[in-house]
Amino acid sequence: MIEISLGHYLSLGAIIFFLGVMGIFLNRKNVIVILMSIELILLAVNINLISFSIFSGDIVGQIFTMLTLTVAAAEAAIGLAIIVIYYRNKGSIRVEDIHGMKG
Amino acid sequence: MINNLNILLPEIFLTLSIFTILMIGVFTKKSFNLVFNLTSFIIIISIIIILNVSDKTVKIFLDSFIRDSFSNFFKILILIASLFVLNSSKNFIIDRNINKFEYPIIVLISILGMFFMLSSNDLILFYLGLELQSLSLYILASIDRDNLKSSESGIKYFILSALSSGLLLYGCSLLYGFTGSTNFDLISNSLNKENTGAIFAMVFILVGLAFKISAVPFHMWTPDVYEGAPTSITSFFAVVPKVTGLALFIKFMFIPFSSILLEWQSIIIFISIASMILGALAAIVQKNVKRLLAYSSIGHIGYALAGVATGVVSGYESSIIYITIYVVMNVGAFSCLYLMKKDGKYRENISDLSGISKKHPLLSISLLIILFSLAGIPPLGGFFAKFYVFSSVLEQKMYALAIIGLLTTVISAFYYLRIIKTMYFDDSIITYDVVKNKLAQTTILISCSVLITFFLYPSVLNKLVNSLFAGQ
Repeated sequence: MIEISLGHYLSLGAIIFFLGVMGIFLNRKNVIVILMSIELILLAVNINLISFSIFSGDIVGQIFTMLTLTVAAAEAAIGLAIIVIYYRNKGSIRVEDIHGMKG
Repeated sequence: MINNLNILLPEIFLTLSIFTILMIGVFTKKSFNLVFNLTSFIIIISIIIILNVSDKTVKIFLDSFIRDSFSNFFKILILIASLFVLNSSKNFIIDRNINKFEYPIIVLISILGMFFMLSSNDLILFYLGLELQSLSLYILASIDRDNLKSSESGIKYFILSALSSGLLLYGCSLLYGFTGSTNFDLISNSLNKENTGAIFAMVFILVGLAFKISAVPFHMWTPDVYEGAPTSITSFFAVVPKVTGLALFIKFMFIPFSSILLEWQSIIIFISIASMILGALAAIVQKNVKRLLAYSSIGHIGYALAGVATGVVSGYESSIIYITIYVVMNVGAFSCLYLMKKDGKYRENISDLSGISKKHPLLSISLLIILFSLAGIPPLGGFFAKFYVFSSVLEQKMYALAIIGLLTTVISAFYYLRIIKTMYFDDSIITYDVVKNKLAQTTILISCSVLITFFLYPSVLNKLVNSLFAGQ
């Protein structure tokens, strides 16, 4: 059995974070997927914070996580609302269609 | 405990009054005017409260909240700027049919978020304030919800800003892990050059902050959001969050990252140079005034960051003076857009300005003054702002930064002068509707007179800014 150390948790956090960032840049289909990628980034941060908090025996990281979760929920709510009003005006939420302004 | 509440008084007052006017807005019919006037009143009262609290540095709530002359100065600057931005745009808001009572309330909420950011001495409070500010700004960008452009700018701003907040938060988590604390003072004590993880974290935090003030290479959202959002929102975006962002740049350099100043500095020099160059070059081809102002604001942020990049107190002072004058210029420039109304529609193209000097001499002379000031032509305020920044940069022997800055100033003068040429020398003559917009006209008048008379009393602002760093 390998001992799961702080490094493993941090690597997991980094991988999820990277997946989230890549999800935003590589995705050409749907804005909802971008919203999910943003959530992934925030969750990666939570993994980081909790593992730091546990391994250093400091409670502040876990408090930070609670607040981050709340913010993530609020952000998702506002993001969905904006997507809804965009869909009403344009009739599509494909990423390629969001190019009304250029220059 | 009661003492602590006393220190928090501006924030508590703002929070309670937001709740109150929200209730008033919900329970009265056609409440936009009432809520709008109450908002202006609340802003004025908040200014008075902040002026009356003492400037002594106090830290409360386990040292997570700090009140000092630095945060007080920026809070007052933010409040004054938003007062002018809101009032000059009132007629525009009613004309564009975005006169919902939520509008001024959301502006107040974003101001509250900025207050907490400016007063934060802890990563948690800083992050929460930042999110309170950005969440309100997402809504503001898409407030004209039946308009395709406005909702598109909202969606673009939301995605990119959420991404940058995520990067910043990742930086915060790494910083917490590698220093073992979220408190700025403790972070500052335990940081040193060998702490590679913390330097990595610093880069992430820097990305998040640079996004908020739209510095290159994180500027992509600026032109689109500026163009798409209603002009009244654009002027808020161009002024108020930038002031906060720059204040935080200076704050982070002072407290948490003071021991890794060199690493921080080299990144800021790069961002500053890139912003100045892009701001100067990309604005040349623009046809829309709002887009042009977006690129010009990117350039101006570059100059303000040049002062921050020096890493000494005189440099920070010069960039605070720069951002103050930038606020005055941009509030004036956007107020001019509220007067460009033709056939019942607000015009925002440069070609719509052609030959207006014949029919609207006052508007064109004030736009001329503001544009000259943006270009940095003496003896207007914009020249002194640039003068202070470049003299402090030269004091630190950063010649490359100063030379590039001066060159880009010359390039950017070209597109400001092109607008003036369009206004004064183009053949086609455009006549606008007669708009009775006393509030916007007063704002333009105040902005122009501040810019013209700045050279008579530069010491007023200088002394004020000097006193901010007296305690450190």
